[in-house]
Amino acid sequence: MSNNIIVEREKGLLELERRIAELREASAAQPLDMSAEIAALEQKYGEILHELFGALSPWEKVHMARHPARPTSLDYVSRFDRFDELHGDRHYRDDPSIVGGFALLHERPVMVIGQQRGRDTRENLRRNFGMPAPEGYRKTSRLARLASHLKLPIVTFVDTKGADPGISSEEHAQSEAIATCLQTFSTARVPIVAAIVGEGGSGGALALAIADHVLMLEHSTYSVASPEGCAAILWSDATKAEEAAARLKLTADDLRRFGVVDEIIAEPVGGAHRNAQDVVRRTLDAVTAALQRLSALPVERLLEERYRKYRRLGEWQAEGLEATGTGE
Amino acid sequence: MPEWRSILGGSSRAESRGEGRRAKETPANDAALWSKCPKCGEVLYRRDLAANLDVCTRCGYHFRMSAYDRIASIADGDFVEIGDEIVSSDPLGWSDKKSYEAKLKGDRERSGLSESVLCGFATIGGFPVALGVMDFHFRGGTMGRVTGERITLLLEEARRRKVPCVIFAASGGARMEEGMLALMQMAKTTAAVSRFMEEDNFFLVVLTDPTTGGVAASFAFQADVIVAESKAVVGFAGRRVIEQTIRQRLPDQFQTAEFLLEKGAIDMVVDRRKLKDTLVRLLGYTCHPEPT
Repeated sequence: MSNNIIVEREKGLLELERRIAELREASAAQPLDMSAEIAALEQKYGEILHELFGALSPWEKVHMARHPARPTSLDYVSRFDRFDELHGDRHYRDDPSIVGGFALLHERPVMVIGQQRGRDTRENLRRNFGMPAPEGYRKTSRLARLASHLKLPIVTFVDTKGADPGISSEEHAQSEAIATCLQTFSTARVPIVAAIVGEGGSGGALALAIADHVLMLEHSTYSVASPEGCAAILWSDATKAEEAAARLKLTADDLRRFGVVDEIIAEPVGGAHRNAQDVVRRTLDAVTAALQRLSALPVERLLEERYRKYRRLGEWQAEGLEATGTGE
Repeated sequence: MPEWRSILGGSSRAESRGEGRRAKETPANDAALWSKCPKCGEVLYRRDLAANLDVCTRCGYHFRMSAYDRIASIADGDFVEIGDEIVSSDPLGWSDKKSYEAKLKGDRERSGLSESVLCGFATIGGFPVALGVMDFHFRGGTMGRVTGERITLLLEEARRRKVPCVIFAASGGARMEEGMLALMQMAKTTAAVSRFMEEDNFFLVVLTDPTTGGVAASFAFQADVIVAESKAVVGFAGRRVIEQTIRQRLPDQFQTAEFLLEKGAIDMVVDRRKLKDTLVRLLGYTCHPEPT
């Protein structure tokens, strides 16, 4: 029994997939024509898929974003032309929940940085379930500074429940590490493109997501706190997470409307993992297109537009209230 | 009580909004003449407590201070507020047990504040400064859009005037009811701090009880000098979240100002009664005549 409602819901589909595969095999081995049966099963499969996953609620998207088979940062990075990983924060240790380094994307040299969760328990333990410690954020800001220094555009992949909430992280000043990331990304003198590919959990996600262009996968989520955290904070009841998910406006559509996200990458019905190769390809194409556009801007203009973009976010004019001068 | 209204005398706007502020003098809890120290149990006469800057006269426990009292205790005289015309609305249409609008209204009436931060210009020991003061009594000091906007305006105006910026932080983090728009205030304030500091302006933050989450992890920990009040709780993750994660109780001193000082995260821990003197000394280093 998985605690992921999407994984649970896929179980029956897996059975159908198995039967279709069996029929195909049998059909290939025998002179009997079973194409009608196969087509019927496939149609049924498609119908059920649409019924189960055609329209996802915010809570279902939370689970989709956490799906164990969902493509992770390294699934994207591995499709770059080249990747040379760099390690360590130069102070204390290397945090495996952040991967980063030099890379070539469609022949363009870039700095790529991503949050990395594990696919199984063993890897998840090593990667701390994709929750970076201060060391991870210090590695991130170090690489971002290096990128700015070498004039390499920065590409980030965001996929985290949030920053690690542990004793050691507090002892090593998690707040300062995240604040420094925010500062580094807001002043980096190179184009930045961020892709929210899984969960975007709070400040720990934002630390890698201040960018000139923010992409978000259709079923990814990005929120001020995890639904469980929000429910615990507001109502002291983590079981009200589903209600919190609905209220937080954490879907790609909501965030596009608020201007937090610039572009949405569509996912196949049933989620990115059903055609990971295609999703990764389209995402990287979108990253390249954004980099092309941003690289044409003079640095001062790039920085000014980045400042204005975040300056505008959360302006009250959006609700038709009286506009006040921001002194810009 | 400190003369909190006189310090707002420089702003006509403040006077026109005086109604909400006068309400502060007679809320239900203020009607009581006595306060009990949560640490040592001493029963304190409120006037004595106020005269001692809301610090327990017996054990030194620091009560959470209102933004008005804070300004009165730190600024020399006038405090000219900016950004007070910017007030919150409800971007997500949030409602749980109460609507977000109703929560805001309740907090406005209780605290006499229109948001979780007061921003403006004042002098401290004769030094002109931009001064921002957060108040935990308004939505737990959480940072919503207006909080972020006011702090950003303060930093932008301080940059124009080339004066140091002093912010008193007190916050439970980003405000849930404003969702991602609240989180984005971390990005916005951080960008404003970066611009402010790029031009060699001095940024000083005083961490007060409690400063956690999105405020700690954005502008607060970007300061040139970070001072914390004695025993203030400061951290990224809340105590409850950590305890649930590691499934054990944390030691009492964990995430206190003194703990952070020992770990190298802040510059100094100061008793509230010595805070103004400390700030004046620190500001002195930013504005020094050539020795003759």
